[in-house]
Amino acid sequence: MLTKRIIPCLDVKDGRTVKGVNFVNLRDAGDAVELGAMYAEHGADELVYLDITATIDGRSTFIELVRRVAHTINIPFTVGGGISSIGDVSALLHAGADKVSINSAAVRNPDLINELSLEFGSQCIVVAIDTRYTLTENGHEHIVHTHGGRKPTEIRTIPWAKEVEERGAGEILLTSMDTDGTKNGFALELTATVSGNANIPVIASGGAGNMDHFYDVFTSGKADAGLAASIFHFREIDIPDLKKYLNDRNLPVRMTK
Amino acid sequence: MKTVIIKYNAGNVQSVMYALDRIGATYLYTDNEEEIRSADKVIFPGVGEASTAMNYLRKVGLDKVIPSLKQPVFGTCIGMQLMCRFSEENNTECMGIFNVDVKRFPAVPGMKVPHMGWNNIMDYKTVLAGDLPDNAYVYFVHSYAAPVCEYTVASCEYVLPFSAMLQKDNFYAAQFHCEISGNAGQKIMENFLNI
Repeated sequence: MLTKRIIPCLDVKDGRTVKGVNFVNLRDAGDAVELGAMYAEHGADELVYLDITATIDGRSTFIELVRRVAHTINIPFTVGGGISSIGDVSALLHAGADKVSINSAAVRNPDLINELSLEFGSQCIVVAIDTRYTLTENGHEHIVHTHGGRKPTEIRTIPWAKEVEERGAGEILLTSMDTDGTKNGFALELTATVSGNANIPVIASGGAGNMDHFYDVFTSGKADAGLAASIFHFREIDIPDLKKYLNDRNLPVRMTK
Repeated sequence: MKTVIIKYNAGNVQSVMYALDRIGATYLYTDNEEEIRSADKVIFPGVGEASTAMNYLRKVGLDKVIPSLKQPVFGTCIGMQLMCRFSEENNTECMGIFNVDVKRFPAVPGMKVPHMGWNNIMDYKTVLAGDLPDNAYVYFVHSYAAPVCEYTVASCEYVLPFSAMLQKDNFYAAQFHCEISGNAGQKIMENFLNI
């Protein structure tokens, strides 16, 4: 049976993982390759590496890191952060990334999604959507944000999710900025709406604080995968325990031991 | 031992090379017929779209070379589909090593296509599954699949049962991505290299 995926996310700066609360106050959580290998060994189903350095030097450091990760781990991994062109994607895929995640660039230029999926195949194009429940002239709506969730756009999240699928995205990484960093649980209703409308997998992100939150996002949230960072980095939840917890509750998960 | 990875226009095979590096195998990445024919083992990987890949293979003549190989050949993902007779993906005539047609997953509410993620394979009848635990989990990404047929040596289920692995004479194939399928995938690759 196709299993629900558990995905640790590693924010990377200068080859090291960092994770902040609401994307500020970064804390160091260790070496990015070693941490990824440990997660793979513990039964993580996939990894996401997000490059949060924005400089040219940082970019080439990141590609070197991608190469080392690809050489070391034997599970799929997605890379993201500042990707804005076919050239960026080509370099990352050739370094050994299995998928790339695009975010602000897709909002700026939605045709990029079509171009990338045509060039490299939908299966490796993940569109990340950062969303926040925002007061607009129509009342409160889920609105797409860019720049690490700081900058609101005029795009409504739910139709945008459908549009990225139609343009050729292979997967959606949906991060709720309302729940991110809170440890109060994923945005279940929004995730269920996006995933229920989509015919591509949806990775839920933002808000995981305990094992029940993962159970909830896979059941009432209808997510295909659940992503979290700090709770894994700081060993608040161990992946083997989480897998067992979900397995005991009859959710299909990949048991590795 | 000489292992060749067949070079053609199907996607990025970097992760296949890294997987071989991890198990300590050396390999040559080439489209040269002589090099391919003289290899002990041939890997035919692939990520991409069937008709584009098949057109390229025809253009360079590999569509005749691959079915005539005598050494063990291992096709993965789109490589496996191209070894079948026909694919519904853009109605593509393939190489016909396995006399079976690749079909798109039927649309069923709540079942997303592509089939993406970790799923368990079962009913092994192949040396490639040696030492594999029952119901091993491997990583799939595909929208088209070969139904269970006389060449099926491992099956999987998504929407309906389909062939996870095929085998006929010296030809072996897997629908999933061994190279990123954890320890199970690594074992399958080692088993192929140890044939």
